[in-house]
Amino acid sequence: MHIIVEFKTIKIMKKLSLLLASVFMFLTLNVDAQENDKGILEKTIPDMQLKNTVGETIHTGQLENDGKPMIISFWATWCTPCKKELNAIHDLYVDWQEETGVRLIAVSTDDQRTASRVVPYVDSKAWEFQILLDPNGDFKRAMGVNNIPHTFLVDGNGKIVYAHNNYAPGDEYELYDQILKLMEKED
Amino acid sequence: MKISRILTGAILLYSGMNALAQGTISGNMEANYQYLLSDEKINAIQPDEKSLLNSYINVNYRLAGFKAGVRLEAYMPRTLGYPDRFDGAGLGYRYVGYENDLVDITVGNFYEQFGSGLIFRSYEDRALGLDNMMNGISLNLRPYKGVTIKTVYGRQRFSFVDGKNQYGAGIVRGADLEVNFNEWFPKLSENNFRVTGGGSLVSRYQEDNNSQFILPENTGAYGGRLALAYKKFFINGEYIIKEQDPSQDNGYIYNFGKGMIINAGYSQKGLGIVLSAKSIDNMSFRSDRDAALQDLTMGFIPPLTKTHTYNLVATLYPYASQPTGEVAFQADIIYKIKRGTKLGGKYGTDISLNFSTAYEPLKKTSGINLLDSTRVTYESTLFDKSDLLYWRDINVNIKRKVHKDWTIEASYYNISMNNDVLKLTNEQGVIESHIGVLDVEYKINRKHTIRAEIQGLWTVNNKDRGSWATGLIEYTVSPDWFFSAMLQSNYGNPVKEDRINYPMVFVGKIWGATRVMVGYGRQKEGLFCVGGICRFVPASNGLSLTFTHSF
Repeated sequence: MHIIVEFKTIKIMKKLSLLLASVFMFLTLNVDAQENDKGILEKTIPDMQLKNTVGETIHTGQLENDGKPMIISFWATWCTPCKKELNAIHDLYVDWQEETGVRLIAVSTDDQRTASRVVPYVDSKAWEFQILLDPNGDFKRAMGVNNIPHTFLVDGNGKIVYAHNNYAPGDEYELYDQILKLMEKED
Repeated sequence: MKISRILTGAILLYSGMNALAQGTISGNMEANYQYLLSDEKINAIQPDEKSLLNSYINVNYRLAGFKAGVRLEAYMPRTLGYPDRFDGAGLGYRYVGYENDLVDITVGNFYEQFGSGLIFRSYEDRALGLDNMMNGISLNLRPYKGVTIKTVYGRQRFSFVDGKNQYGAGIVRGADLEVNFNEWFPKLSENNFRVTGGGSLVSRYQEDNNSQFILPENTGAYGGRLALAYKKFFINGEYIIKEQDPSQDNGYIYNFGKGMIINAGYSQKGLGIVLSAKSIDNMSFRSDRDAALQDLTMGFIPPLTKTHTYNLVATLYPYASQPTGEVAFQADIIYKIKRGTKLGGKYGTDISLNFSTAYEPLKKTSGINLLDSTRVTYESTLFDKSDLLYWRDINVNIKRKVHKDWTIEASYYNISMNNDVLKLTNEQGVIESHIGVLDVEYKINRKHTIRAEIQGLWTVNNKDRGSWATGLIEYTVSPDWFFSAMLQSNYGNPVKEDRINYPMVFVGKIWGATRVMVGYGRQKEGLFCVGGICRFVPASNGLSLTFTHSF
């Protein structure tokens, strides 16, 4: 009886050491792999189907900007800091686009209570951002957003390279610095 | 033989992990910690545990079309005001699924919404403790361009006891079809028309558990919707019918339920207008006919009111939809006076006007014999309202950047709330209040900003708890720090001993997608609302710590 138990323990330990070794091997290989393609914790945009404001279906996985950076910003018509952020970016957007070709996608998380306010609000502010609708929070969940505003910066290969959860006046300059940094890297 | 088995296992594991590494892992976590003190003045009692903790983590995995995810939740014990059926730590959510251009299938837990959600909306709001997710199967099909079919089958989450999900008694089945006609007829788009239509059907099965009545075990609800737009005009609407659904909410009557929501609007640069109307009759629809509060709701009846954000406006007298019946209207106008004009000033001026109101629907009882066996207790027509006011809100907000570094925002609200219906406090009848808010922001430089708010609330005839004032100062350092201090005072309470002050301070630090906030002070009892749904939170005094992270 006793011997069997010991034997089992040895077996388990053998198994464990093999497991550890393979995990280690896997991790080292994976770190190497990161140089060329992506690692497991590198975040890209999950592919989902969202509607835009004219009812067309947009595949989030296919969002791209000709190899230039993209901003994805989660907002809602009832979220004051979100609107402050997007209005601040709106004022600078022409310059940003000219200098870096960046494109902003504003994902509205308004639910049915306020969904009908999205288009009038966007039009009245003359925003030139692409607007996507996420009324039941599916995309928000997939992107790991706790609360809004939450802004992501995506590089030309679709990798998320920077994220910021909050808005304080001046954050738009920090975001722009990140975009410039990204442009430098890609050049 | 054994060694080879282990080796195979290791290789399998290795290749499995390698395959996993091809996909992406994303997720987020949040922890809310409270350390509470006793405070006799506000009737705050220190719990036996002294400290409370709510925490959860979401992990999602995706590889090509494959998706899987889990959420682990912990309530040790739950924070103040959280629904009392949440305790322990465990798996709160898990799913696996597959998605391509044609199908999207999810097995396990999922969230979904049909149309405007009137008869089916399964969603979560973790801050409020709301989570009526489904446990079952969801299959969506896109068989033809412009056509989306959604189907759901399962039970809804009711609570989380000892770290395990408890699901509701009823089985929910539903299907929804949506057609984007512009994809069929390109001529529509060429002529600036957009047409989308849809229809949904939801049915709930629950065993007849009542000895007094013969209850329908299968209750269906169905409806259609249409959205039209021409250039900058739009109109959309949904009409729904619910079959006989005797429930605790409606007092076990056998009336059919019905509802309608219509939105119309127009927008151009500098102007946005939205008009909305809603009529709801006997539309409470839950996956357990005996459930109450926010439990096991299958549909979502959106309140037609503006979501206010200033503290006194948002928390003292908010409106909640009345699923058993209401007739409501809302008008919303956003206007920007151009920059460089006399009225608009150098930077332009933003004005928004909002009006919303809700009434009791007219319930005709003539020709109805309440003693007959039908238990149909009244007749009603959509948009036929009585004179009984539930709610009225007239508000205006003017925002102007007066200087490169200064922005001033002034708001006024006149809110009338029928407390006999909404039952927010012990006062009777309609409580009318005037609220004024002044919000001033000064940019010290690119990174440093200071903002101050002064809010005042006065009830007509000093009803309920009388007058309130709030002062707030917020200092932000972009991109990573914020400090704020708030003092709220019920200085005009008719009861002298209840003229209580509530001081609070907050400090927050942000590292990209990670955020820590520490708060300390006294908080009044009241409603904590997010997006039109509210949770009652008792008064408290103590320390709070919030951590959020996303990866």
